[in-house]
Amino acid sequence: MANEIQNTRTAGLIEQIRARTPARILVPRAGISYATDTQLKLRGDHAVALDAVHQELDTFLEYGLSPGSLFEVMSAAYSKKEYLLRPDLGRILSEDACREIVPRCPRGRDVQFVIGDGLSALAVERQVPAILPRLTELAAKMEWTLGQPFVVRYCRVGIINDIGRLLEPNVVVLLIGERPGLATSESLSAYLAFRPRPGHTDAQRNLISNIHARGIPPLLAAERIILAISRMLSAQSSGVGIDISGPEPLPLPPPKL
Amino acid sequence: MAFSSTLRGERFVFPNLGDLFAKANEEKSGDQLAGIAATSERQRVAAKMALAEVTLREIVEQPLIEPAVDDVSRRILEQLDQTAFAEISSLTLGEFRDRLLAGDYAGDALTTLQRGITPEIAAGLVKLMSNKDLILAASTIRNITRCRNTVGEPGVLAIRVQPNHPADDVAGILLSAIDGLTFGCGDAVIGVNPAGDSVEGVSAILHGLDRLITTLEIPTQHCCLAHITTQLAALKRGAPIDLLFQSVAGTQAANSSFGVSLSLLEEGRQQVLEHHHSRDMAWVGDDLMYFETGQGSALSADAHHGLDQLTLEARAYGVARQFQPFLVNSVVGFIGPEYLADERQIIRAGLEDHFMGKLLGLPMGCDVCYTNHADADQNSADNLLVLLTAAGCNYFMGVPCSDDVMLNYQSTSYHDAASMRRLFGLRPAPEFAAWMERRGAKDLLKLAEPVFRMTKHE
Repeated sequence: MANEIQNTRTAGLIEQIRARTPARILVPRAGISYATDTQLKLRGDHAVALDAVHQELDTFLEYGLSPGSLFEVMSAAYSKKEYLLRPDLGRILSEDACREIVPRCPRGRDVQFVIGDGLSALAVERQVPAILPRLTELAAKMEWTLGQPFVVRYCRVGIINDIGRLLEPNVVVLLIGERPGLATSESLSAYLAFRPRPGHTDAQRNLISNIHARGIPPLLAAERIILAISRMLSAQSSGVGIDISGPEPLPLPPPKL
Repeated sequence: MAFSSTLRGERFVFPNLGDLFAKANEEKSGDQLAGIAATSERQRVAAKMALAEVTLREIVEQPLIEPAVDDVSRRILEQLDQTAFAEISSLTLGEFRDRLLAGDYAGDALTTLQRGITPEIAAGLVKLMSNKDLILAASTIRNITRCRNTVGEPGVLAIRVQPNHPADDVAGILLSAIDGLTFGCGDAVIGVNPAGDSVEGVSAILHGLDRLITTLEIPTQHCCLAHITTQLAALKRGAPIDLLFQSVAGTQAANSSFGVSLSLLEEGRQQVLEHHHSRDMAWVGDDLMYFETGQGSALSADAHHGLDQLTLEARAYGVARQFQPFLVNSVVGFIGPEYLADERQIIRAGLEDHFMGKLLGLPMGCDVCYTNHADADQNSADNLLVLLTAAGCNYFMGVPCSDDVMLNYQSTSYHDAASMRRLFGLRPAPEFAAWMERRGAKDLLKLAEPVFRMTKHE
């Protein structure tokens, strides 16, 4: 009886403790090693992350827009492997890409949306079909002129500068897959820059990250992105010094795995 | 000045010492990214052959980065102990490797010699050594440091508890730390990487860690790994600081991209030293800096001066040893595959970093880790962990189940730490081991209950 009370008390305390952190604490042990369940859960979470990194973008996805409204180009990296080892190539458009973009995309628009696979095509597949139609809808309400959106395969954040050089929009918004962690492989980031040009750095960009169902839900993120664009347009600037925080604080990362 | 060698009748020429250093490196994707790596295996080995003939004096007399443009180069030359250097200056790198492996510089002889070895000499030496050489040579060097306990003695393996939290929830951090303590981890430091860099947040974490250590009377030190200026601002507002942390690199420009300078580091160390003496506490020693480094960081900041990442890493240790650190570790797989592509490169870099740091007199630990876009996994981390424990590494990271939920990478776990201690017959730091025996640290409830009471209303 005393043992049972002690065990219940221990279990209760462990539950209370684990509610305070998503860290994998107080897991069952096999001697000083992980119990089988823990070992396989870790392997499973890593497997999802690895597959997300190596997954190719699905060319046939329409991302929630009407059929044929998006087209795809490539960065200067020619394979996923080269992309992972040569970040410099992922930051510029291939020559073919430039030749395709120039005739298809109007220049000098208020806002240019671009989608990039980044380190998780899975994040793009899961979040973009929800966030992109909402972004175009809200941007239209703001009466901004919109560029023709397109998709870049093997894309790094720095490609924003090359797009700014080529199309000269006021604001580029790049929706790009984040590096997968064990907790989620579906997290998307939105990088925003006012009149980006070659040589600009992260200091001239703003970021809304952690966009996924258990982070910042895509529809809420779309509102935040629109707010940030309007601040940039009125300040005629972006990056350090531009406050893009909204009326409500954004939700914190999920408290529990 | 050009260097040359001949391999099976084929002659290879290297236009200068920097090029020779780069070509003689083991394969690293970061050197390839910088466009300075060997383009064939023959060229790589030919460079090693030519490098083996270079004397230590030649290396010191031909700085790879001009002292006029780089304060790290200046400081390295100013601090060189000429008497110690005179003992070895006429040796070639090949001869120096032979003597070192033959055990000519054991114990006190090595301690005397360490200040006569420049980072570039250490880097050149490593290019001539196999992985096993690096393990064997490092295993004979003990660099012992003291703060609130003693780390680095023979037979000791210390562990940093790394209880990071994605929202910097102090209760979550402390409870996560307790899990590590029950495994006998936390003797190196209880060190938190904050998610935010605000003075308020960092102060709250420092006060929380201090209460944990005080309440449980743990003979260890805490640290919040924010930018040094944030930590010093927290100190000014009354937060307690045991270890002062900063990431450092091997060039003035790279350090500048981190927002630090040599004078800022010295000023910070002095402030925290005075703060230690003002606290009513029995300090075991005055070693109080904690530095993290990693191959590739200078290139990543476009501050590499065309040098290879191994040599730049050695120079980061040249920076670290100016400031009498308590802990130094490279974060060897964190930077990503563009600098260290796969398991083989990460393992090599981990062994290189550990040996170079030890040779230069540093209390080297290692964050054995990888990101999910590198060609590595937890089995790779297991492998490097075993190799570095065999090499006598001072400490490793203890992360709950190796999954850092704030930084989003995988390191080594409390379980891994316990496994290494058992496998190699190692103990925690002596003061900490004695505390564990007193407290019966294996009883989770005894440790967690007071902390849970202390934090549950936060």
